[in-house]
Amino acid sequence: MTDLQTPILETRNICKSFDALKASQDISLDLRAGEIHALIGPNGAGKSTLIAQIAGGLKPDSGSVHLNGRDVTTLPTAKRARLGLGRTFQVSALAMEDTVLQNAVLGALGAQGRPFHLFQSALGNASLRQVAEQALERVGLQDHARTRTAELSHGQRRQLEVAVALTLQPKAFVMDEPMAGLGASGSKALTGFLDSLREQAPILMVEHDMDAVFALADRISVLVYGQIIATGSVAEIRAHPEVRRAYLGEDA
Amino acid sequence: MTRETLINSALALALLLVPLLAYAMDEPFIITLATKVAILALAGVGLNIALGLGGLVSLGHAAFFGIGGYAMGILASHAQSYTAITDWPVLIEGTKSMPVIWLVAVVASGITALLIGALSLRTSGVYFIMITLAFGQMLYYFAISWAAYGGEDGLSIYVRNSFPGLNTLDPIQFFAITFVLLLAALLFSARLARSPFGLALNAARQSPQRVETIGLSPYRLRLLAFVISGMITGLAGALFADLNRFVSPTMFSWQTSGEIMVFIILGGTARLFGPVAGAALFIILEHILGGLSEFWHIYLGLLLLLVVLFAKGGVIGTLAGREKAHD
Ligand SMILES: Nc1ncnc2c1ncn2[C@@H]1O[C@H](COP(=O)(O)OP(=O)(O)OP(=O)(O)O)[C@@H](O)[C@H]1O
Ligand SMILES: [Mg+2]
Repeated sequence: MTDLQTPILETRNICKSFDALKASQDISLDLRAGEIHALIGPNGAGKSTLIAQIAGGLKPDSGSVHLNGRDVTTLPTAKRARLGLGRTFQVSALAMEDTVLQNAVLGALGAQGRPFHLFQSALGNASLRQVAEQALERVGLQDHARTRTAELSHGQRRQLEVAVALTLQPKAFVMDEPMAGLGASGSKALTGFLDSLREQAPILMVEHDMDAVFALADRISVLVYGQIIATGSVAEIRAHPEVRRAYLGEDA
Repeated sequence: MTRETLINSALALALLLVPLLAYAMDEPFIITLATKVAILALAGVGLNIALGLGGLVSLGHAAFFGIGGYAMGILASHAQSYTAITDWPVLIEGTKSMPVIWLVAVVASGITALLIGALSLRTSGVYFIMITLAFGQMLYYFAISWAAYGGEDGLSIYVRNSFPGLNTLDPIQFFAITFVLLLAALLFSARLARSPFGLALNAARQSPQRVETIGLSPYRLRLLAFVISGMITGLAGALFADLNRFVSPTMFSWQTSGEIMVFIILGGTARLFGPVAGAALFIILEHILGGLSEFWHIYLGLLLLLVVLFAKGGVIGTLAGREKAHD
């Protein structure tokens, strides 16, 4: 990883307030090719709010978001996705009544970008299905293709979130707490998987699971009360006095 | 064959056999009732694409039913009085040909649905319901004040419109037309539900965020669904007017929208044959209860309440159980 390349994803001086609450205060961070950049911070620090502004669900009051050098600040979520932003949600947002395969095919359909076919069969379309099945296989859900999504365990839903993002073959992943509620073995498996994913596209990852963060992250940014108080390597962040005080706790 | 397919086939067969038996026993009134079921079911198949698949609670679908009705009324009334609809900038004359009337009905309701949908789909929830209702009422009052086409009294057409090769005045032949159109709409609707468009639309109902995140616009998906839905309901409107040989502003009223929605819910929202089961139940109840009491809508309301509280899948859902996921 060299520091000379242009970042794949970048926020510049993003500010966002909810009435008196300053959820994002002058946030500038970037995501470079090949890296996993972890965003950590206490509950309510403004991590999901920042992710929403990057992905397009929320408009910043000021500042800008850039994807592959292009200013996408005013573009809707769907357009950013088509430009290569793959996102997973903190609370999974899947089509619960549909099967696992249908959710994955939906992702493939988004990637293909032609949803206005009224007569052919979605699941009968070989190319859509191939993309979907490959993605399910990569996250290990191939045996659950026909399961109704509502019947999946919490951890499996997280896997499906990642699989749907994979179908888009994004240029950058943005993941909001992919490990949340996974349990030890689940998060270990996903850690291994995300580790291999960074070669395909860099990942900006919000995560509370510190073992996972320390194992995966090339860089860590620490967000407290809407402000980035530090960005650096794992070693730097572990040694950072302000971070220890504000977030990891004195004894960390 | 799944249980639901079996039930659907039985329903379709019953809807075909009842009028055939009535024909054999020389009971034209029953044939007319079956025709009414087929036409209402067609209107419901239309609404169900927006309501069931798209999750769009439109309380303004009477707009399209009415436009279909008035397309028929206007074209046929000019044809029967041998007057032109307009002679400037081009001469447009009336017609008694069903296929032409259907085409006009479908195109006119499609364009109206595009306009209404483009505006109302920017909102959601209660606002969407209210805006679609408002558009429906606008057309209702417009029809009442449109003196050239009968105003409040509506328009009577003396002879049923024609279809090449058929005697449309023969109840069983007219029934056959409506039945074939209903089957075609059901087939289309079934394919639509399994198509890429249907998958995306259905996902936009369950999780609009998800659909945006994979790069699709829920708004566009819903708009197309709304237009298709309006077109089918418009076609049903033209047939309904032809059945009665009469159109009036009542076709535009919010009660009409409400009735279509009510029988879909009775039959089973988002189920392919929900509108068919619902329309049949509705007509049967109207004739049994309607004969017993003027206030039969109260009993209908009670039944609706029971279905909503205890049998969410309606008739089809109760008989067939939860919908099987496609594979
Ligand atoms: N739409 C909104 N309107 C008002 N306040 C909001 C809104 N969204 C978030 N907030 C507030 O902004 C703050 C940051 O919320 P956010 O969800 O971004 O935190 P987070 O860092 O993701 O927390 P967690 O770790 O619990 O997920 C919180 O105080 C939250 O209540
Ligand atoms: Mg959060």
